[in-house]
This record gives sequence, structure tokens and C-alpha cells, in this order.
Amino acid sequence: MTEIITKLIVDCTTGEQTIVPLTEEELAEREAMRFQAEADRAQREADELAKAEAKASAQAKLAALGLTEAEIAALGA
Amino acid sequence: MTLIQHIELGSAQANITLSSIPQTYTDLYLLFSGRVSVTDGGLRLRVNGSTANLSTRLLYGNGSSATSATDTTYIGTVSDSNTTANTFGNGSLYFPNYASSTAKSFSGEIVHENNATSAVQWVTAGLYNSSTAITSLELFNAGSGNFVQYSSATLYGILKGTSNGVTVS
Repeated sequence: MTEIITKLIVDCTTGEQTIVPLTEEELAEREAMRFQAEADRAQREADELAKAEAKASAQAKLAALGLTEAEIAALGA
Repeated sequence: MTLIQHIELGSAQANITLSSIPQTYTDLYLLFSGRVSVTDGGLRLRVNGSTANLSTRLLYGNGSSATSATDTTYIGTVSDSNTTANTFGNGSLYFPNYASSTAKSFSGEIVHENNATSAVQWVTAGLYNSSTAITSLELFNAGSGNFVQYSSATLYGILKGTSNGVTVS
């Protein structure tokens, strides 16, 4: 059985609350946004990983130049 | 500040829509508490039944890192199926001069509760670039999930004037 996805609409003037199924257009938009959200999350995770790797690489290079951990931390690296 | 409407979900719903918002106030203040049924707790906003003419700028922190983002309708995250069971995120959106005939800015703060090292806070600056007054606000999940039972939303209207040293203009 297919799940019927609904939304709650509240009329702020009358206080009436109505639960209605999403329209075909809303369902399509919802599906498109799900794909976009997955892509955005993957991109965000890739960006964070790249940033962490770049930071680790920079710290390693600074250490190779002879900086102590405290000196590297003082640089904000 | 006057309560316009408060709702608490009796069952899971994809969207929460506050429609026919009275045009008799100066500002709107929307508070919400929510948890979604999927792993993506992202929240999006629809104004007047549309995602058009919206833009947001976001600051995000999770306890160990902070970043920023640009989006159209994204306003932050609430608790999701990966966060501690039965926790709810909460947030607020403030819409000054929501009935004006010029572009309308809004601001938001949202926290994504989680009993763990990583929990998330969002600060949002948004713009509804339309001359149409705001008559409806709709919250929905970015990841196609539903708001779970007991999620809630409360809308207040704020009138301009001064009270106890606080001025709204």
C-alpha cells in the first residue's frame, strides 16, 4: 500500500486545522529536494574532509620546518 | 506580542503551513520545535506557497567547527533520526514588517539537539525579495522526511510601539 504523505494547514484567522495529501507537484518537488540534499551533504562532507586534510598537511610541513606544536597552534594552523 | 496560532502535531506531517496570517501586526515571530523522521534534519521555508524570491545566508557550528553557506530556502536543521531518541530541535524566525510592499528580511536561530559531542546551531539571515505581504509560512524537511508527532509551531504577532523600554518600529 502506498503511503499517503500529508501536510497540516492551519488557518491563522479561523484556527481551522486541515490535513491534506501533498499534490503531485509538491511530491515531485520533495523528491527533487531529497536528491539535492543528498548531493549537498556529500559535497559538504567532501569539503570538510579536504579542509581537514589540507590542515593536517600544513601542520606537517610546519613541523618539518622545526616549529613546535605550541608554535603551530599559535599560528592558528 | 500576541499569540496568533499554536499547533502541535497529532501525527507525522510532511509540512506545517500557517496560512491566512492576519495583516494587522507589524512583525511576525515564529517559534518551532521539531524532529524529522529521516537522517537529514534540514529545514526549508516556503513563503506564500512558493520557494521563489527567497535567499538565505547561514552560519553553522557543531561544537568543533564552524562554517557558512548560501542557499535559497534552507534555514538550518532540527533533530533527526540520527540524533538522540526523542530529542527535538527548536528555533525561531523573526519577520519584521511582514506586511510591507517592499522586500522583507528575516532572521533565524535554530538548534539541532543531540546528547552527543556534536550538536548543531544555526544563525540565519534571510530575504524574501517580494513586494507581496507575507500571508503564509510553511516549514518542510529538506530530506523528504516528515515532522514527527508532537512537533509544534507557534506564531506571534508583534505591534509597533514601546513597552517596558522595548521599541518596535
